Amino acid sequence: MNMAIRAGFTEAIPMSRRRLFGAYLEEARSECLRYLRAPGFMLPILLFPAVFYLMFGVLMVHGHDSAGLARFMLSSYVAFGVMAPGLFGFGVSLAIERDGGLLTLKRAMPEPPGAYLLGKMLMAMLAAGLVVLLLLVLAITMAGLSITLAQGLELLITGMLGVLPFCALGMWVGTLIKGQGAPGLLNLVYLPMAFLSGLWVPLPALPEVLRQTAPLWPAYHLHQLTQAALGLRSGSIFVHAGELLVFTVVFLLWAMWRLRRHG
Amino acid sequence: MNKLDQPVAALHGVVKRYGDVTAVDGLDLEVHRGELLALLGPNGAGKSSCVSLLLGLLRPDAGRAELFGRNPQHVDVRRRIGVMLQSAELPATLRVRELLRLTASYYPQPRDLAESARLAGVTDVLARPYAKLSGGQKRRVQFALALCGRPGVLFLDEPTVGMDIDARERLWWAMRTLVGEGCAVVLTTHYLEEAEVLATRVVVLGRGRVLSEGSVDTLRAHVASTRIRCISTLPAAMIAGWPGVEKVECGGEHLIIISSAEVEGLVRRLLDSDPALRDLEVRRAGLAEAFTQLTREAEAA
Repeated sequence: MNMAIRAGFTEAIPMSRRRLFGAYLEEARSECLRYLRAPGFMLPILLFPAVFYLMFGVLMVHGHDSAGLARFMLSSYVAFGVMAPGLFGFGVSLAIERDGGLLTLKRAMPEPPGAYLLGKMLMAMLAAGLVVLLLLVLAITMAGLSITLAQGLELLITGMLGVLPFCALGMWVGTLIKGQGAPGLLNLVYLPMAFLSGLWVPLPALPEVLRQTAPLWPAYHLHQLTQAALGLRSGSIFVHAGELLVFTVVFLLWAMWRLRRHG
Repeated sequence: MNKLDQPVAALHGVVKRYGDVTAVDGLDLEVHRGELLALLGPNGAGKSSCVSLLLGLLRPDAGRAELFGRNPQHVDVRRRIGVMLQSAELPATLRVRELLRLTASYYPQPRDLAESARLAGVTDVLARPYAKLSGGQKRRVQFALALCGRPGVLFLDEPTVGMDIDARERLWWAMRTLVGEGCAVVLTTHYLEEAEVLATRVVVLGRGRVLSEGSVDTLRAHVASTRIRCISTLPAAMIAGWPGVEKVECGGEHLIIISSAEVEGLVRRLLDSDPALRDLEVRRAGLAEAFTQLTREAEAA
């Protein structure tokens, strides 16, 4: 034992596969723990979509006797709620960690490649999952929607995967700005995009030019997928999933290139 | 080359510029196992740039930086180093124990958690969230993270800033323990007494170049002056004429004599000339004086 320990000063000790996997796991665990314990992060992410959904999706729809509208509202607020953990979890934390020196320290330490991003991604997926579950519970108990188990699961999976393009976008924004300016800038992305994608006012009620440009925004495609999960749309979902995948890859690579260049 | 002789960290002719400013100007530096190298220099001398270059956080514009003979950006060689940077805001809601567990997981054969905590003196705060710690405790936790991977070389950038005397001495003890185990330590500091107490070798930087390099004694010898302070009725002008006396000053009732020669003879002559002489104090120039003189010479050059 002692010999092996001494050897560390002269010989490189190989990192076993098991320990490497353990390092990825620890990173993800720490990242999740860290944010789930931060009320300043979790509360707005959970409460904003929940409160908006209760106001516009439950109270306003009530009495209209329109189950279709209530479902549509759920699909909208799920998409709206899923955007936040991605944008803010990645964007704000990256901007603050670049500013506070944590990112530099991580780069100097032998953190396995990609563990930092992977950990944040899992954290965002977990937070997105919580948002979807919360909205589902509200929809079933308060709005009285009947949702099958399959629909609920599809919505949950859509939300957890659907957070990824917003992680990539948030990360890209996080490379543009350092420190406390990030939340403001991200809100300027978040709220207008939600509106332009028809999450607040249904697209048919929007002006022609906004209806035409809506497919430019990833939130629009996510909304199509959440509608499909709730049985509001028929037809192929692959176009929208593909659009989101391309968007994710482009912004992820762009952000990683910027991080490597500008630190 | 024998593996034992191979430097654990090295800069070879490294140049680093930021725009028009040359932060590191053709620097050569080698760190060997089991040594504690102190990097000293005024602000802007290039200390932190050197550390960043050795860690692979900066790429040299010319020359090359190496850790264990390889590119520092390779994750395999970074698994053999420990790092404590000047400022790093660690995740506020994580507990100290969790931070240690996470960092230890990056290394192939880390120390066990209790040992890291004991070495760094953070055993009593393991269960506390990082945000609830005092400034000195945070620095100690950062030190624990630096040593937890059983590194072959440890980079400590101003480690004792914000620590009280006890904490600082505890950290010194830990550094000595690690060096005793064969670990090399690269230390940058503003506290010269820290370098004086700990360093086996001191490199003084100025404007991105090495101004001086050697043991603390070698560096001290650079300024071979001694300061004698006493209360005496002897006229200053007379002492100033004695051989070996460089300068005499009057400070209140005290005489302050700066000598560059062998001091024993001078003290004997002082005592012989004034039997009533009292309050005698003889002090060799320390690292502080040597450092001041070196950097002043560099400024003038």
